[in-house]
Amino acid sequence: MTTDSFGGGRKPFRWHILVFLAPAALVYSAFMIIPLVSTLYQSFFSREWAFVGLDNFAKLFTDPRLSASFWNALWNNVWFFIIHMVVQNPIGILLAALLSNPRLRLRGFYRTVFFIPTILSFVIVGFVWKLILSPVWGISQGMLKSVGLGWLYQPWLGKEDYALTTLALISNWQFIGIPMMLIYAALLSIPDEVLEAAECDGITGWAQFWKIQLPLVLPAIGIVSILTFVGNFNAFDLVYAAQGAAAGPNFSTDLLGTLLYRTFFGYQLQLGDRAMGSTIAAVMFLIILAGVCVYLFLVQTRLRRYQF
Amino acid sequence: MASKATHSPVRSIAAHAILLTYTLIALFPVFVIVINSLKNRQGIFKAPLALPVGELWAPDGFAKVLTRGDFPLYFQNSLIVTLVSLFFVLLFGAMAAFALSEYRFKGNTLMGLYLALGIMIPIRLGTVAILQIMAASGLVNTLWALILVYTAQGLPLSIFILSEFMRTVSDDLKDAGRIDGMNEFKIFFRLVLPLVRPAMATVAVFTMIPIWNDLWFPLILAPAESTKTVTLGAQMFLGQFQSEWDAVLAALTLAILPVLILYLIFSRQLIRGITSGAVK
Repeated sequence: MTTDSFGGGRKPFRWHILVFLAPAALVYSAFMIIPLVSTLYQSFFSREWAFVGLDNFAKLFTDPRLSASFWNALWNNVWFFIIHMVVQNPIGILLAALLSNPRLRLRGFYRTVFFIPTILSFVIVGFVWKLILSPVWGISQGMLKSVGLGWLYQPWLGKEDYALTTLALISNWQFIGIPMMLIYAALLSIPDEVLEAAECDGITGWAQFWKIQLPLVLPAIGIVSILTFVGNFNAFDLVYAAQGAAAGPNFSTDLLGTLLYRTFFGYQLQLGDRAMGSTIAAVMFLIILAGVCVYLFLVQTRLRRYQF
Repeated sequence: MASKATHSPVRSIAAHAILLTYTLIALFPVFVIVINSLKNRQGIFKAPLALPVGELWAPDGFAKVLTRGDFPLYFQNSLIVTLVSLFFVLLFGAMAAFALSEYRFKGNTLMGLYLALGIMIPIRLGTVAILQIMAASGLVNTLWALILVYTAQGLPLSIFILSEFMRTVSDDLKDAGRIDGMNEFKIFFRLVLPLVRPAMATVAVFTMIPIWNDLWFPLILAPAESTKTVTLGAQMFLGQFQSEWDAVLAALTLAILPVLILYLIFSRQLIRGITSGAVK
């Protein structure tokens, strides 16, 4: 956009448009777009600033030492996302469906409470659960014992097999408020006439939910899914707060975000590597971009049919 | 629809049973932390689920936290970063949203799309270059580094939401202002801004929470003792005093309470914002 195009023909140049737009455009460009483009650009260069084309990517995908941690983090991230999609979002939808009944008492109370974990910081959430699940404190063990399920207890966050799933469930606990609220809002926006018409046809209760309400809120479920996707493939804080940068035990909770952090800044004996950090950021960018494109061009266009 | 609850008390009881169960799940961890922060070591381990009354009552942890970590400073840093970023996000965001929704000019749609890119693409992915820029301009370990990044991060969503709202402000009002000789800046500041105040509150809440809770950028851009935010300070403190359970629990409680109180005050605003503005 050139500045003289603000004029719009015969009218004098409208300076005020420029003044209104400039601060936001400048800060946003300087600290978001330019760094993003520059990071992507640096992924084509070696640590010594020599142009290496796609070598960094080849190294990331195939170099025996690097690629093992990359594929591990990527797979962990996929599993992290799957847990959010099959646990967090269905429970969010269920809670929203229950809350959307206008005759339900205490709706405001439930809504407020269910959103409390979402406002807490990752540091708090990570530590709180770490303490609760800790074998040292034994609070979860004691509770399981008291209902006769003591044998079920494991130090979940400390076991390679369970740690990632446990962290994903903690993240579900934290963020369930978001799908719940967005779906709740969508359910409220369904016109009463539609539901009354369904009622006249004898479709009530769960049948009404499955046949009428759920199809009508599919667009909101689409939004929730893409938000979950972007959030998950960009996650870092919870793992860092609960398990540290090493994403232990034995990297079993490593996500792309923690891998990026360790690669860029270095960790223990490993030196920080700007070029490889940029490369991982570029891969994350492409994954998120691919997800957003799938949503925009495949999911959203098909869902539109159901809208009013 | 409304007859559901009255016609079948069983269904209504089942609904409450599920919702109450989830209420317990949502509140239990917070509850356990807060009650145990008021006990001594023995109390914490012997009776983790008992209320801190009688001989269990011992708020030693709080004294430890207040003497060891520099929490008042961290708190002040977080407050400065959050409020200044919020101010810029709201001011610059509203100005840009006004330009996009009020005037027709070449490149309007393109500019709108450009500014909306950041809603979906996380700013974190540019961290490598952000650190280079901050280092080159000497802003590493200053609060300005955080403020600039958070302003850039908050602008896309703020512009998107505010321009939706600004389209609903009546043209007649603005034209009346123009006839009265107000210039475009006065129209924006005196007429439009007061009318979109509810939307600004929504944007404020959405912008504030991720800034206050962020760990990534404080860790990378401003880890110095004098610029630590509460979130980073709490993380460091918790890591350092891991084995001192009373201090850790007290620190967690101190970190939870301000956010919780603010949330309870503004929860109506927040929920109204999500349920009206965010999805259509």
